[in-house]
Amino acid sequence: MSAAPETAGGVIHDEAAYKRGLRLRTWRGTAWQNFFLLAIVAGIAALIALGFTVVNDAFGYVIATYETPAAELAPNGDLNGLSNAELAQILTEHTPSRLAVYIRDYLYSGDPAEFAKLPMSQALPGATLLPGAENRTVRELNDEQQAAILGDNLSQPVLVTIVEDNVVGESIYQTFSLTESLVNRAGIEAELASAPEGATLSFRSWVSLDFLLSPPSANPATTGARVALLGSLWVTALTILIAFPIGVGAAIYLEEYAAPTRFNRFIEINIRNLAGVPSIVYGILGLAVFVRALATFTGGRSILSAALTMSLLILPVVIINAQEAIRAVPLSLREASYGVGATKWQTIWRVVLRSATPGILTGVILAISRAIGETAPLLLVGASTFIVSDPSGLLSKFTVLPIQIYNYTARPQQPWRDAAAAAILVLLLVLLLFNATAIIMRQRARRRLSA
Amino acid sequence: MSSRTLDLVSPGAQLRPRPMIRRLRPTETIMRAVLLACGVVSIATTIGIVLVLGLESLAFFREVPLTDFLFSTTWQPRLGQFGIWPLLSATLMTTTFALLVSVPLGLAAAIYLSEYAHPRTRATLKPVLELLAGIPTVVYGFFALTFMTPLLQAIFGPQVQVYNTFSAGLVMGIMILPTIASMSEDALNAVPRALREASYGLGATRFETIAKVVVPAAFSGLVAAFLIGMARAVGETMIVALAAGAGPNMTLNPFEPAQTITGYIASISGGDISYDSLDYQSIFALGLFLFLFTLVLNLVSQWISRRFREVYQ
Repeated sequence: MSAAPETAGGVIHDEAAYKRGLRLRTWRGTAWQNFFLLAIVAGIAALIALGFTVVNDAFGYVIATYETPAAELAPNGDLNGLSNAELAQILTEHTPSRLAVYIRDYLYSGDPAEFAKLPMSQALPGATLLPGAENRTVRELNDEQQAAILGDNLSQPVLVTIVEDNVVGESIYQTFSLTESLVNRAGIEAELASAPEGATLSFRSWVSLDFLLSPPSANPATTGARVALLGSLWVTALTILIAFPIGVGAAIYLEEYAAPTRFNRFIEINIRNLAGVPSIVYGILGLAVFVRALATFTGGRSILSAALTMSLLILPVVIINAQEAIRAVPLSLREASYGVGATKWQTIWRVVLRSATPGILTGVILAISRAIGETAPLLLVGASTFIVSDPSGLLSKFTVLPIQIYNYTARPQQPWRDAAAAAILVLLLVLLLFNATAIIMRQRARRRLSA
Repeated sequence: MSSRTLDLVSPGAQLRPRPMIRRLRPTETIMRAVLLACGVVSIATTIGIVLVLGLESLAFFREVPLTDFLFSTTWQPRLGQFGIWPLLSATLMTTTFALLVSVPLGLAAAIYLSEYAHPRTRATLKPVLELLAGIPTVVYGFFALTFMTPLLQAIFGPQVQVYNTFSAGLVMGIMILPTIASMSEDALNAVPRALREASYGLGATRFETIAKVVVPAAFSGLVAAFLIGMARAVGETMIVALAAGAGPNMTLNPFEPAQTITGYIASISGGDISYDSLDYQSIFALGLFLFLFTLVLNLVSQWISRRFREVYQ
C-alpha cells in the first residue's frame, strides 16, 4: 500500500505525498485565516491608536509662567467666581492703558483706524454707556468710564478671558504628553529646572469645564470651545429642522406614491449619486448659492448658509435611511388601514409614519452625526476661525467644533495640538451622545415591532 | 368603487352616508404635491451643482485654455498657470496609498466576518469596525499629523517630512476600511450557499472555497466596493489638508509634501478670497473635475452591482 504506483495520468500520487499535500493545504488555510483575522485586529488597533493619540495629547504636565498668578487676583485663583464689576476693576488696576484696546477688539466691529475718532454712541451703537460718555471719543474717557463700558457690555466669560490673557498672562513654556508625564517624571523635573524663573509645573487636563465655557483666545492656555460648541449646536439644530421634513417627505413620496415612471426612477438614481458626491463639492455649491447669490437672505457667511449647505449634504443620506425605515413597515398594516376606509394620506400619516418613526429617527440621527463632524464644506461656506462672541441668531457669524479642531491642529506649536486634542474629545463626546440616542431608539423600535 | 363603500353602510345606522366623493380630498392632492416637491429638491441640488460648477468653470476656461488645465504640469495661480497635474498627482498618490491599505485589509476583514466568524463574534467585531467610519475626518487629520507622521519618521528616518502624502494616504486607508469591509461583506453574503456546499463536496478546504469559489463569485460586488472606496478617497479633504502639505508639488516621492485637489480648494477658501479672481474660479473648475470623476466612479459601481444582483436572483 505504501508503494501505491502512480497511475498513467499521474493523477494519484502515493499516499505520503497526498498527505503532505493535505497538510500543506490545511496549513495554508490556517495561515490565511490568521491573516484575515489580523486585518480586523489591525482595524481595531488603529482605533485604539487613534483614541490613545488624542488622550495622550489632551492630558499631561505643563510648565507655565505667569505674569500675575490668578491666586493673587481672586480667592483660590477662581476667576470664574468674580462679577463683571470685579473683573473690570482688575483690568483697571493692572492694565489701565489697554482698556481702550479691549473695547476696540471685543466690542467695536468697524474699521480699527477710525475707532479712536468716533464718539462712543457711534462706535458702539446699542451699547450701555454711562451718562456723559455718549458724545466723547474713547480717549476722552477716564479709566473708570472705560472699565464700566467693558463691565456693562461684555459677558462674564469674555471678561474672564481678557483677564486671563492680559493680567494673569499664563504662558505655556512646555507641554508633556500623558505617557511622558507618567513615565518620565525625572526628565520633566529636569526641564523645569532649566525653565525661566517663576515657572510652575502642574498636571493639566486640557479638556475641562473652563475649556468648555471659555471663548477662544489667542493663547492656547486660556482658549476654549464655548463659541464653537454653540455654533455646532446652532448649525446642527437648524440642519435638522431643514433636512428632516424634506428628507422624510421625499422618502414618503418615493416609497408610497412614486409609480415606477422614468421620472421617479431618475429621482431615485439621482439621490444615490448625490450621496456619493464629495462633501467639499457641496461646500462649493453653498459658497456660490447661499453665501454669494442669496446673500441678502442668508447674510452671507452665516449660520443659515452653513445649515442650508449641510442640509443639502445630508439630505440624500436622510432620504435613503428614511426609505429603508418606511419599506420595513409591513404591507398588512397599510391594507388594514385602507380596509377601514382611510385615505392614502391618512394611512401614511397615522399608520405608516407612526410605525416607521423610530427607524426614521435612527437613520436621521446617523446622518446628523455625519453633519456634526463635517468640516470641509464649512471651510468654504466660511466658518470664522477666530470669533469671540456667542452666535446670536440665524444670520450671525459662527465657527464650529471641527473647524476649531482644524485650525488648532494646523498650528505647529504643541500647546495648540493639545488644545485640539481637547476639542476632539468634546466633539467625540457630542457624537457619542447622538449615537447613544440612535441605539436607544433602535432598541425601542425593535421592542415595538415585536410587541 | 365609492358606491360599493356606501352600500356597506347600513341604512339604520346613525351615520348618514355622505354624498359621494368623486374627486380626491384636497388634503390628498396637496400632500402629494408637497411630497413630490421634497423629492424634487434632490434634482434641484444636482442641477444647482452642475450649473454652479459649469458656469464658473466656463468663465475660468475663458481665461485658461482647457488644454493648459488638463496637460500642463505647473499650478502657480500667482503666475496665472493652472495645470492640474501637480494637484492631480498628489490626489492619485494619496488615493493609491489609501487603497493599498484599505482594499486588502477591508477585503480580509470582510472575508473573516462573513466566512469564519461565529455570529456572536461578528456581532461584537462589526460595530467596533464601524466606529472607525463614524469618526470625523478632521480627527483623522489630527491622527495623521500627530501619530502617523512621527511613526513614519521613526521607521524611515528624517527623509520623511512633517507634511507628506504617504502619512495622509495611510490614514485615509484606515478611514475607508470600514466602507470597503462592509460593502465587500454584503457582496460575499450574497453568494448562494449552494456554491460553497458544492465546493466542500469536492473536497476543497474552507480557504480554497473562499479563494476559488466565493471571491470569484462575488467579484463584481468587490469591484463596486473598490470603486466607492476610491471615490471617497479622491474627495476626502480634511486629512490631506492637515497632513499632506500646503503647496502644489509635482513629485512622486511619498515622503515629500504635496497638495491635493481637495487640499488646494480647502486652503484657498480659508483666507479672504476675492470673488472676481481666477483663483476663486479655479475652485469651480477643480470642483467640476472632482464631481465628474466621482460621479463616473459611482455610476460604474452602481452599474456593476446591479448586474451582479441579476446573476444571483
